[in-house]
Amino acid sequence: MRWLAVLLLALAAPAFANDSLPPAPYAYRQLDDPKLEAKAEALMETLRCLTCQSQSIADSDASMAGDMRDEIRRRIAAGEQPEHIRQWLIARYGDYISYEPRVTSATWPLFVIPLALIALGVVVVLRRLARRV
Amino acid sequence: MKGVRWSLWVLVAFAALVGLFALQLSRPKHDQVESTMIGQPVPQFALGAAVPELPGLSSADLANGQPHLLNIFASWCIPCAAEAPQLAALKGQGAPIVAVAIRDRTNDLEDFFQRYGNPFSRVGKDDTSRIQFLIGSSGVPETFVIDGKGIIRHQHIGEIRPEDIPNLMNRLKEAGA
Repeated sequence: MRWLAVLLLALAAPAFANDSLPPAPYAYRQLDDPKLEAKAEALMETLRCLTCQSQSIADSDASMAGDMRDEIRRRIAAGEQPEHIRQWLIARYGDYISYEPRVTSATWPLFVIPLALIALGVVVVLRRLARRV
Repeated sequence: MKGVRWSLWVLVAFAALVGLFALQLSRPKHDQVESTMIGQPVPQFALGAAVPELPGLSSADLANGQPHLLNIFASWCIPCAAEAPQLAALKGQGAPIVAVAIRDRTNDLEDFFQRYGNPFSRVGKDDTSRIQFLIGSSGVPETFVIDGKGIIRHQHIGEIRPEDIPNLMNRLKEAGA
């Protein structure tokens, strides 16, 4: 029986050590004002969790994501605008923290290529139509 | 004839795409989020003491004319224990090291220091990771080089390995030690 307990304990060991402090006050608690909470929620869904990098901080249970939610809810409750908070975070972590696409010197082809392809398609179709007439 | 030309273009485009994928896939994975606060002053903060025998940490302590290593760590963080001998070595070479303990308990910290030693002259207590948001730190452990004016000069992500010590000492020297 004992070996089984040891085995189960070994299996239960978490891949990442985590802290034992309770989550920050507003990590899992919504703001009382539903309008402000909606604002905070919309922002949190577009910010990357730094611990689990494919998740948003709204989706992640990492303690750092909880702390970031706490920070954001407090600031929104204090009247700060979501875009201002996003810029504040981008100033610290770079564009990577935000899921909201921005046109920059590195990302402009993503916006230009689809337009160029549509234009090319239109040209091809027009030329074919013209030939048919 | 025209069909051949078209399919050739498609082939070239496909080959280019394969080339692009091959290039990107052959690059090493880069999943560290670097701080964009290098060259900026540490924002104002003031943290209480994490253990009774050492003072807490504030931004004013970092701008006292002397450059510092600022270690962001936690007793629950395994790589933080792994870098303890390297921090001790840095201290032995004269590096002033201050720290912030992230989401930690005094008892756990005392145990941690007893086991791995305490190279810090100050340990601030941060229960909501706020210092990390202020300076662009994305995990534990991380070590920042702060110059005497309180300006962030360098960020070391992850545990300090023995081979990282000369670089950190150099950075500290460049910051005016």
